[in-house]
Amino acid sequence: MPILVDGSTKVICQGITGATGAFHTAGCLAYGTNVVGGVTPGKGGLKDVNDLPIFDTVSAARSATGADATMIFVPPPLAADAILEAADAGVAVICCITEGIPVQDMIRTRAALDAYPDSVLIGPNCPGVITPGRRISGEGPSARYSGGCKIGIMPGYIHLHRDDAATGKAVGIVSRSGTLTYEAVWQCSQRGIGQSTCVGIGGDPVKGLNFIEVLARFNDDPETDGVVMIGEIGGSDETDAARWIKSHMRKPVAAFIAGRTAPPGRRMGHAGAIIGGADDTAESKIAALRSCGIAVADSPADLGAAMAAALDLTPSPSPASAVR
Amino acid sequence: MRIHEYQARQLLADAGIPVPPGRMVQSVDDAAAEAKALFDGGARIVVVKAQVHAGGRGKAGFVKVVNGAPEAREAAKFMLSNRMISPQTPAEGLDVRRLLVAAGVDIAKEHYLAIAMDRAARTATLIASAEGGVEIEAVAARNPEAIIRERLHPLLGLQPFQARKVAFALGFKGRQIGQATAIMLKLAQLFRDSDASLAEINPLVVTPPTEENPDGQVIAIDAKFSFDDNALFRQKKVAEMFDPTEENPAEIQANKFGLSYVALDGNIGCLVNGAGLAMSTMDIIKLHGGEPANFLDVGGGATEEAVTEAFRIILSDARVEGVLVNIFGGIMQCDRIARAIVAAAKEVGFTVPLVVRLEGTNVAEARRILDDARREIPTMQSATDLADAAERVCAAVAGFAGSGASSR
Repeated sequence: MPILVDGSTKVICQGITGATGAFHTAGCLAYGTNVVGGVTPGKGGLKDVNDLPIFDTVSAARSATGADATMIFVPPPLAADAILEAADAGVAVICCITEGIPVQDMIRTRAALDAYPDSVLIGPNCPGVITPGRRISGEGPSARYSGGCKIGIMPGYIHLHRDDAATGKAVGIVSRSGTLTYEAVWQCSQRGIGQSTCVGIGGDPVKGLNFIEVLARFNDDPETDGVVMIGEIGGSDETDAARWIKSHMRKPVAAFIAGRTAPPGRRMGHAGAIIGGADDTAESKIAALRSCGIAVADSPADLGAAMAAALDLTPSPSPASAVR
Repeated sequence: MRIHEYQARQLLADAGIPVPPGRMVQSVDDAAAEAKALFDGGARIVVVKAQVHAGGRGKAGFVKVVNGAPEAREAAKFMLSNRMISPQTPAEGLDVRRLLVAAGVDIAKEHYLAIAMDRAARTATLIASAEGGVEIEAVAARNPEAIIRERLHPLLGLQPFQARKVAFALGFKGRQIGQATAIMLKLAQLFRDSDASLAEINPLVVTPPTEENPDGQVIAIDAKFSFDDNALFRQKKVAEMFDPTEENPAEIQANKFGLSYVALDGNIGCLVNGAGLAMSTMDIIKLHGGEPANFLDVGGGATEEAVTEAFRIILSDARVEGVLVNIFGGIMQCDRIARAIVAAAKEVGFTVPLVVRLEGTNVAEARRILDDARREIPTMQSATDLADAAERVCAAVAGFAGSGASSR
């Protein structure tokens, strides 16, 4: 059983009738995700473009469909409320893709979520979570998959199930960045390393699951052989994770920290990606990770190689023979 | 988003936190008139301060204490006709367009007080020190125990008992305790109500004892605020304080199109989707011996028009001698980037080398579009992966600069 979600997870989309929500609901369905409906207040009783039932509230959607996960595409001013609505309805995995939620909203929401210990929040400002399925036909972007669960905006076809992987290995991936996660996934897949589950924890300063909480799940997951951890400048989450890995982690970890060339004091896109004090640099995080025995790739092009080396998979299979 | 000191003082005054009288002026005559009014009103000294979003003003000669209106006129004339250069400004310095003319205050003691976002605590934290008037980072490095921290409850905010605790720890006496406590509570409320990410008063001073105020008075002298850009949609008053002359024009233009752009010093322009990948692209350019000219995250929802604008912004930087496009499509569809490359080639033209690396959503369609346009964009190369892209663009730029073509 992979972490957080699998092929049996029933998913709804909050904001399913918006352009982005509709596009990515279709993408999730195409990957084989069990999407069972959506929520747009005022449109309850209608069907969406994919012929899924729309509900006015998350509570109604959950009662009717038994959904246990949600994918939120609600606009930023209303997204924090959408998170709490999902928690209050008892949804176990709340994945908030929305970027641009005010920090103060997230401070209050994060504190209020303590009252819902059975729900976990992933994000906001994240690509989502995916447990890859088996490839059943086709190649590349047009391939079809079964048994997986993609909740979010990541391209499904770059992922590789353990049973489709030449090395027979699967790693967990946890990252603050969306597209850099895809880069890590792609490099692993090219080397015949599959993925158990990939979790984008998001680029905001106040968020749901953090590195340590995801690492702990991978640590206890028999389907996960190692972990790629991708951090960036801003805050001390990676340094905290490094200490946790040193004292708890039983599996190899490869890491990368983005932002070595970022100038201090400038926000680099993500609300949370800003070099604060003198100690808050990519270099200091890299040093902290290395001092805890974690393999840190110097180049973002070496993420897959670093993971392969940490798994003792050398020499690696050539990309041509990597996918079986 | 940052604001000027005079605007921060106004926010403090509106929140009921005492600040010395003063006004923002934009001319030499107004500076002299405001100084005269302050002296006539009983001020013993007046301070003229340049209003720019950079520190190091005092050492650069852009904060002056004056003893009369003629001196204020001289100080204003100097500041409005010279560029301010400090370690925190660009090498060429900054134009000064606005001055704060404020009554000087006699100081018995200086403190530091701030409320800032504390991501590790998932809430805001009040930070205070009895060593005020200096850089708090310097105090923290030299004497960490001199820094007092008090977390704000995420739902309830700063509580009076916490403010009292800090007031006692800072060594306030008698009536100062009530005044300091009230200032802390008001600052915390202002932080929350205005969606600030930093609200700093440095120094928070105690004035010397007088007959009416035997314990002196607690007053905010200088203030610095920054705000959460994500919340500006509901902070009209704050948003109106934005001073575009303090920002890089290219960054403002990028913002209008929903692009996240930061100008850097190098010669390789970058166009990337996603902040993490954009930073990594800068990092890998540097690893291959190149220098990135910018950070540019086109985001996930950018239109073809916005991406075309992104190319326009990158190519308008005269230092750019090559461009690297690195897209891993998720929410962003690769074909949209490809169409924007073709549009930008028509509208702006790529005279410099262009290296394109595309992967992810709709990549096949994107490759087809670029293949069809290859003849119109002769400087374009395709890269197979991230390392290949970085190698190609660095090599192309080295060759391009060597050919003397950089004098375009």
